[in-house]
Amino acid sequence: MAKKPVTFMLNGSERAAFAEEGLNLLEFLRRAVGDLSPKYGCGQGTCGACTVIIDGETHLSCLTMAEAVQGRKVETASGLANGKVHPLQEAFMEHFAAQCGYCTPGMLMSAKVLLDHNPSPSRAEVIEAISGNLCRCTGYEPIIDAILATANTRRLA
Amino acid sequence: MIEFRKEFFANERDDNLNEIGKPTRRQDILGHVTGRSPYFDDHLFEGLLHIRCVRSPHHHARIRRIDISAAEKMPGVVRVLLGKDVPLNLNTLLSLLDFGLDDEPVLSETKVAYKGEPVAAIIAESEAQARAAVKMVKVEWEVLPHVLDVEDALKPGAPVVCDVYPTNRFIYHGKFDHQKLRYGDVEEAFNRADHIVEGRYQMSPIEQAPMETCGAIAAPEVNDRFVCFTSTQGLFFSLGTAAKLLTMPSSRLHFVGGTVGGGFGGKVDSMHEPLAILGAMLTGRPCKYAWDREEEMQVGAPRGAERWYIKDGITRDGRIIARKFTGYFDSGAYTRLSSYAIIKGVGHLPGPYTIPNVYADVFCVYTNRTPATAMRGFGITGVDFAIEAHMDKVAETVGMNPIDLRILNSYRDGDMKAHRRLAKNCALVECCQVVAEKGGVALSAESRSATSLTGGGGERARLPARTATDQAGAVSGFKGGNYARKGGGASGPQPVAMPVAAPAPAYANSPQRPAAPAYQPAATAPPAASPPTPPADTARHGALRFSSLSGFRRR
Repeated sequence: MAKKPVTFMLNGSERAAFAEEGLNLLEFLRRAVGDLSPKYGCGQGTCGACTVIIDGETHLSCLTMAEAVQGRKVETASGLANGKVHPLQEAFMEHFAAQCGYCTPGMLMSAKVLLDHNPSPSRAEVIEAISGNLCRCTGYEPIIDAILATANTRRLA
Repeated sequence: MIEFRKEFFANERDDNLNEIGKPTRRQDILGHVTGRSPYFDDHLFEGLLHIRCVRSPHHHARIRRIDISAAEKMPGVVRVLLGKDVPLNLNTLLSLLDFGLDDEPVLSETKVAYKGEPVAAIIAESEAQARAAVKMVKVEWEVLPHVLDVEDALKPGAPVVCDVYPTNRFIYHGKFDHQKLRYGDVEEAFNRADHIVEGRYQMSPIEQAPMETCGAIAAPEVNDRFVCFTSTQGLFFSLGTAAKLLTMPSSRLHFVGGTVGGGFGGKVDSMHEPLAILGAMLTGRPCKYAWDREEEMQVGAPRGAERWYIKDGITRDGRIIARKFTGYFDSGAYTRLSSYAIIKGVGHLPGPYTIPNVYADVFCVYTNRTPATAMRGFGITGVDFAIEAHMDKVAETVGMNPIDLRILNSYRDGDMKAHRRLAKNCALVECCQVVAEKGGVALSAESRSATSLTGGGGERARLPARTATDQAGAVSGFKGGNYARKGGGASGPQPVAMPVAAPAPAYANSPQRPAAPAYQPAATAPPAASPPTPPADTARHGALRFSSLSGFRRR
């Protein structure tokens, strides 16, 4: 099977690995690169557990070809804490916004892109932003609270 | 929003607690938010093989022939597993508790009883190659008539779903084809009741739908052992099940779990670990067996469907004097945990109400649907829905406010329950009062002054003078034993004496574990919002009385 080299930025560091033809970004990141933070939930773009950020926008890594990130910037939940935990991570911990934790990496990616674009989102905008991320444990309310609290803290800071 | 109503049972409460009532962080939360919590699939192995199952497209069919020759020649295929490759290819989950007969194969060899039942497993270098090879397995099916409704399955001449239980009913205690509850005489009470209210209630199966699908990875370890990373909710349950099916001592299995991407009951069935370990045994390589989302929804065992018929006898003033249940649990094609769900459910009847005559016949029924298993309160949830819907119907019939009706009939401390234990720690009256207050429902004066502490015991603590019993549904040929073992000497594999393991060597450099700090009760007493009544009996003071086992709390 033909393998293609893929060079890209992952959480600020240059990475290169081989991708088999047809390999999706989720499996590429997990198996070839070794970043296990994006999760497989459905493999068909409905659950959002595999959400990553490519050039500042959210993408479902299970529906993205690995070679599509050639030369681009990819961010995942494992790179969110840079020396210390990110304010979103702190808020998720404080607000009990994770139970089993499986949707959390994808949820954090959607939340980060929202706050990067819109520092003062309304509750409805938060709900819209995470509408592609399913969570079976929390009932969403603690997650929405955590994201809104992060925005509030940043405004006050 | 949580509201603590500490005015209730104030003299039974000890607020001098270290943890309860205070927010705390999950100990695993840092791993969750940094994406570093190790779920089963977050363990990478060089040369990992992938297992995919060949599944039945039919609800019910006999297997005439399985031809794996074309699949074996497919690219990347390392091995094809059939039922004959499984050392002990028949199990029931609760056999670990000596409850029920082995009824379910890992890979069926003779017939399938639900759509999606596995009959062969492909082990291949990649998941895509395994999927491609699955399509090349040719199975000759002889399609059989199927039954999908619990009551149809109990009719004479219904298709036999599971040969182990030829009447499509689980056998309870080696004696009956259903679980019985008899308390007093419902028929006699129906005759003197002012109203009879009947209802039929049912609930569909519900998928647990965890975000992480079920799966396991197994790999050969040194010392002739196998390591198994698994999403199971019951690590030692899965360990015991794998050891039984693979007929190997559990000491050869090293199970790692505990980080579960959502379970809700759907990850106790131990379907993945035995097959992943068997793959690792037969190939000598690490093997992963995990469901994709479609399999999780189609073959993952749901909360089972239930159907309930309830008949109540009520006096003019709203007292329920008799309640009769007929219940049908849809177990699907195999038992899994439905037999146990019924034991639990029948122990719960007739709900939290003091009713002097109670009768229940509850059937664990086999149908050609996906086997059912655990899910959050299973065995209770469905019948509670039925009971509470029925209470509203009763209230309407007798012309009472439904909350007044519930308070009137609620357990009080000291009442005898239908399963012949005294009720204690009752609080339904108080819950109903708060619900009425919150909902702006006007209660009667009697309901407002009622408490769980008063009105119980005495006459209400007595067992019925006479309980009507019967032998309907009696079976023979089964041994009582603990639960439902089949009688007649040695059936099934006998336990093999395991060599006694040598004592574990003491490692000179093993790190010393720091001693756990001794328990210290909170130093400062919390401020009392409203002064609680001082406990009358200091000998009974303390949180100990909250234990339902200790029996110290009010009776």
